Amino acid sequence: MAQVTFLEAIRQALFEEMERDPTVVCLGEDIGVYGGAFKVTQGLLERFGWERVIETPIAETGIVGAACGMSFMGLRPVAEMQFIDFIACCFNQITNYAAKSYYRWGAPVPIVVRGPSGGGVHGGPFHSANPEMYFVHTPGLKVVYPSTPYDAKGLLKSAIRDNNPVLFFEHKFLYRRIKEEIPEGDYTVPLGKAVVRREGKDLTILSYGAMMHTSLEAVELLAKEGIDAELIDLRTLLPLDREMILQSVKKTNKLMVVHEDTKTGGIAGEIAAVVCEGAFEELDGPILRVTSLDTPVPYAPSLEERFLPNVNDVVRTARELANY
Amino acid sequence: MKFPLTREQQIELYYYMKLNRQLEEQMVKLFRQNKIVGGLYSSLGQEAISVGTAYALEKRDWLAPMIRNIGALLVKGFRPRDIFTQHMARYTSPTRGKDGTSHFGDLKELHVVSPISMLGDLIPVMTGVAMAGRYLGQKVVALTWIGDGGSSTGAFHEGMGLSASQRAPLICVIENNQWAYSTPVSRQVPARDLADRAKAYGVASSIVDGNDVVAVYQTTKEAVERCRAGQGPVIIEAKTHRMRGHAQHDPAEYVPKEMVEYWKARDPIARYENYLTANKLWNEKVKSEILARIEKEILEDQEFAENSPFPPPELAEQDVYCEGPLPNEAKWRRPIEEVRPPKASVKPEWTVKDFGGQEHPTPGGAPASISGDGTGAAARKASKPVKKAPPVKASQPKGRK
Ligand SMILES: Cc1ncc(C[n+]2csc(CCOP(=O)(O)OP(=O)(O)O)c2C)c(N)n1
Ligand SMILES: [Mg+2]
Repeated sequence: MAQVTFLEAIRQALFEEMERDPTVVCLGEDIGVYGGAFKVTQGLLERFGWERVIETPIAETGIVGAACGMSFMGLRPVAEMQFIDFIACCFNQITNYAAKSYYRWGAPVPIVVRGPSGGGVHGGPFHSANPEMYFVHTPGLKVVYPSTPYDAKGLLKSAIRDNNPVLFFEHKFLYRRIKEEIPEGDYTVPLGKAVVRREGKDLTILSYGAMMHTSLEAVELLAKEGIDAELIDLRTLLPLDREMILQSVKKTNKLMVVHEDTKTGGIAGEIAAVVCEGAFEELDGPILRVTSLDTPVPYAPSLEERFLPNVNDVVRTARELANY
Repeated sequence: MKFPLTREQQIELYYYMKLNRQLEEQMVKLFRQNKIVGGLYSSLGQEAISVGTAYALEKRDWLAPMIRNIGALLVKGFRPRDIFTQHMARYTSPTRGKDGTSHFGDLKELHVVSPISMLGDLIPVMTGVAMAGRYLGQKVVALTWIGDGGSSTGAFHEGMGLSASQRAPLICVIENNQWAYSTPVSRQVPARDLADRAKAYGVASSIVDGNDVVAVYQTTKEAVERCRAGQGPVIIEAKTHRMRGHAQHDPAEYVPKEMVEYWKARDPIARYENYLTANKLWNEKVKSEILARIEKEILEDQEFAENSPFPPPELAEQDVYCEGPLPNEAKWRRPIEEVRPPKASVKPEWTVKDFGGQEHPTPGGAPASISGDGTGAAARKASKPVKKAPPVKASQPKGRK
């Protein structure tokens, strides 16, 4: 077992899948000679050649459209968005072409669209986005947002092997900051399954991505105060692991959701509805949300800090909930 | 004829064009009887383009139709019943009632990719098909169409740019039917020839009389050969006219009467009938046999469609995700080792031959002058209308080695 970064885990997944299956190809901007803006694809070109590591013009619609076409021929393309913010430029190809294809005419679109997401690195309004909910609202897609190196590798492998279009969000704050020992060689983590990161009985905190780590810190502080919080990492946002969410609520009777995405239309709202429909009687308090502000992501560190939820926000909200 | 057609083939071209027209005429009747669930588009007057282009493809090749390419679907092997059931939203349709018009395809046998309504989307998609076909060693060509209007979309530009940079075996047929819904070409792009767009991508292009099925076939066949030889994408502009409104609901009163008259006199089917007669390729007997066959096929398939059920409501909830295996495994036509390490391995570095400077040996060389007044008048003057298909012009981007 070796210690690897979040980024290295993703790179390994790409590497191993390309090694395993010659139908896996990568395409995107600057992913070859340069190895990608964040070096996630470093070494791929050297090993797998120009035909499988396809450097494209700056054309996100072109990239995702071509990935759809390749998938019809039996390939499994992995398309990189240099920053996930640019996924807005191929919204149509993803939501209208890829997502509806199997439902409409029985043609699966086994593609992965992946890229660095999230804030906390002073990327400003166009290099910090969390656009996952645009896609969670789109039937036919799968949306994955890992928080650990182990999961990132295992989930990316599952995403590549899945026969549906999968969007894979890689929080760039985690790329080089999070390290973990992961097994060498092949393993997968199933899509659509959340995981309990810490068991607890007083209340449930749901989170994903970088906020998972913020929540984890908060949970440890809360434990010192005698609040025993259960922390669940959603990992996949679509399809949502409703079962595990309801199970946990039935145990702790209290729920809060922490996400870096903005508040209005964030997944916390959807989860609140799921819980009201499936476990309303079990609730001993309101479902609370800790999220970013309903604004674009601002640039200045002082502004971005205000924008993002932090450990204190989580702790404060958890105390409030525990007191109900 | 550069690419000779046998008598049978020339008769077959007629059969498909006429089938295309009669089928759509029949659907107009069904539309008036409220039997078509959604809108109905017409390719009246454009049959030679759908049929002539698709006829130049081989079975292994791929195409993706737009709404006015029913004729191409027929050539590729779909039957009138598929078109009827699609429009009538029956359970027996290729999409089981989940989508209408020409929004269907077949990955396994016919190699047809479904369009979606968003114009331009098929250009990148078919670029991907072309790239994947080449990667798998299949030597296939991918062909799709776009309207004069759709050629202004971002997806079109991105797709053409990508296909050009990849030298993908892609043929894009611009059906310039002079109108995009109610907007004439002149209000969409200040260029007379949409084929000129090709220059911007560095791809080959050609202009053809879209109402001459033989010319369309010849031009496409040449493009197919180029693509198959690895010479990169081709844009073909086919000049034609939309002879009905945008769809059934549109009386198209905005189209000048003289314009309709002009194009009516150039009807592709009437012209081809004259051609067949003048060249003694058929006689009245052959013609009436074809017409009888078409009528029979259409009526049979219409009956089939009308007797087909609507889909059961529970189908609405099914097949959002593909849970089973892929219906279309990759078909390798080259040794897989070639794409596997170590054979696939390369040096990760660029070979740059053109250093990007200007051809002025001494400092102070004259800057390029800007010509034209911004109205496109200069461009219009420079390009004359082309009656016969000129040879496909090549302007190839350098391949990467
Ligand atoms: C991206 C997009 N915008 C708008 C429309 C609505 N629309 C459908 S057809 C059409 C006109 C298309 O004109 P053209 O591309 O010339 O094709 P034609 O109808 O003449 O065959 C429009 C505006 C659309 N389908 N897609
Ligand atoms: Mg048009």
